[in-house]
Amino acid sequence: MTGLHAKTLTELKAGLDGGEFSSVELTQSLLDRIAAHDDQLNALITVTGDEALAAAERADDARAAGAGGVLNGLPIIHKDIFCTRGIKTTCGSRMLDNFISPYDATIVERLAAAGAVVLGKANMDEFAMGSSNETSYFGPVRNPWDRERSPGGSSGGSAAAVAARFSPAATATDTGGSIRQPAALTGTLGIKPTYGRVSRYGMIAFASSLDQAGVITRSAEDAARLLGVMAGFDERDSTCLDVPVPDYVAELGQSIKGLKVGVVRQHFDAGLDADCGARVKEAIAVIESLGATAVEVDMPNIDYSVPTYYVVAPAECSSNLSRFDGVRFGHRAGNVEDLFDLYCRSRGEGFGDEVKRRIMTGTYVLSAGYYDAYYLKAQQVRHLIADDFKRAFEKVDVIAGPTAPTPAFRLGDKVDDPITMYLNDIYTIGANLGGFPALSVPCGFVNDLPVGLHLVGHHFAESTLLRCAHAYEQATDWLAACPEGFA
Amino acid sequence: MSLDKDQVRQIAKLARLELSEDEYAESVEKLSKIVDFVDHLSAADTSGVMPMAHPLNVAQRLRADVVTEQNDRDRFQENAPAVANGLYLVPKVIE
Repeated sequence: MTGLHAKTLTELKAGLDGGEFSSVELTQSLLDRIAAHDDQLNALITVTGDEALAAAERADDARAAGAGGVLNGLPIIHKDIFCTRGIKTTCGSRMLDNFISPYDATIVERLAAAGAVVLGKANMDEFAMGSSNETSYFGPVRNPWDRERSPGGSSGGSAAAVAARFSPAATATDTGGSIRQPAALTGTLGIKPTYGRVSRYGMIAFASSLDQAGVITRSAEDAARLLGVMAGFDERDSTCLDVPVPDYVAELGQSIKGLKVGVVRQHFDAGLDADCGARVKEAIAVIESLGATAVEVDMPNIDYSVPTYYVVAPAECSSNLSRFDGVRFGHRAGNVEDLFDLYCRSRGEGFGDEVKRRIMTGTYVLSAGYYDAYYLKAQQVRHLIADDFKRAFEKVDVIAGPTAPTPAFRLGDKVDDPITMYLNDIYTIGANLGGFPALSVPCGFVNDLPVGLHLVGHHFAESTLLRCAHAYEQATDWLAACPEGFA
Repeated sequence: MSLDKDQVRQIAKLARLELSEDEYAESVEKLSKIVDFVDHLSAADTSGVMPMAHPLNVAQRLRADVVTEQNDRDRFQENAPAVANGLYLVPKVIE
């Protein structure tokens, strides 16, 4: 069976339901594709071929028996930040190069229960700390649109795998933009749900007040389908909220007439590439032509987003990553003198440069004498930024703007300057600070590289975002664009 | 504000990270840049603003105090670098 890779998850579901092909045929064709092409991209850390074919066979058997969940036999790739029982779970780090998870993350469990077939584990920036996928211990991922460029990060492997048609969908996580920025840079759709919407049990923690799980797909409908399975209360995650999950797919069809779209003046300042800005403005005009109204909104504190994030996120990371001690799991240094030496050397050897830098930044801002000036101050500014959003949502349903300041940049271009790298997330961080849902949908090209339109909604407004993206998709054909060599 | 090498040494010690001499030099430079960058926050007027520790204003949920976990020690210890009789082994800490 050829050509299956080009189909979206929704199209594949129809094909399986209609008996056009089996899940085993589909799974084998994607595994063959990964084997043939991933040496160019390095999108996957682990390919789980045997497990995938066994799961596909079970799905086909279930279908034959008239059973099977809503995703029965459909392929997915998991970002390697999600624990998968019996399968290596590295988080892109040498620290966990030998870690075989003893349990499944809740979303891994839920997707499997719905019948999804896991093709493998996606490459990522180490511990999700990076915006280019260059901090991975397993090497950078290459962008399918230009192999010399980054696919963004930290979910760079997930985004590249979906863009290259290795899988119609991949799970991903977002702490400051790690789903949306790679989606923008690879011409895919990525959604970060509301904080607390999706369980984080079994998702390796980076910054606990910001982290959220989501998906990268090639259509809003596919994202709606997956989110419906992933979202919802989980008693194993104390931050996961007990809020009913709407039927995201059913709500996609509703019109966007009368939708109020906020455009943030500060988002079109000098930091934005002019051509990217033009694509985004064109996209907003298309959304207006579908019956929405654009309104200018002012967010006076939004420029503090990045410095606020680079206090809060490192502080939480320095605390979360203290669990890696070389004692219970993970890398352990050899020939140590004493316990202190064991900790320092295991961590010194196990963590890469960017992770060490963030742990040290966090340690510094939390240390005696600096806590008030940095950490407490950042938490106060965080409040101001969240209030900017809440004020805007009194007037508008969604906020639209650019996802990233530029299209995909060259590998190596920003890796030596942390501040330049951090500024990649200037438009996405605000949603994490306030816990708001947000997505990126492709809105055209600049120099043959994809550009993303960023949509942010109020808490639990995922349906509105997906509906808006879906309407935009119907009016344009950017999501159907395929990078050369991957058609 | 720039950091000096002694400060970075102290931070690395607190964070339990061993760094090479090259890493120290690089960390002094890059951490100083990061600290300078986040110093922009001092310009924000935050008088009377409550610190925000969490994005949603909800109370911590509590569960009933009953046993829900089974003992999976052996399975969990399969990932441990050194164990004996169900115990994690570390270098001697008491002489």
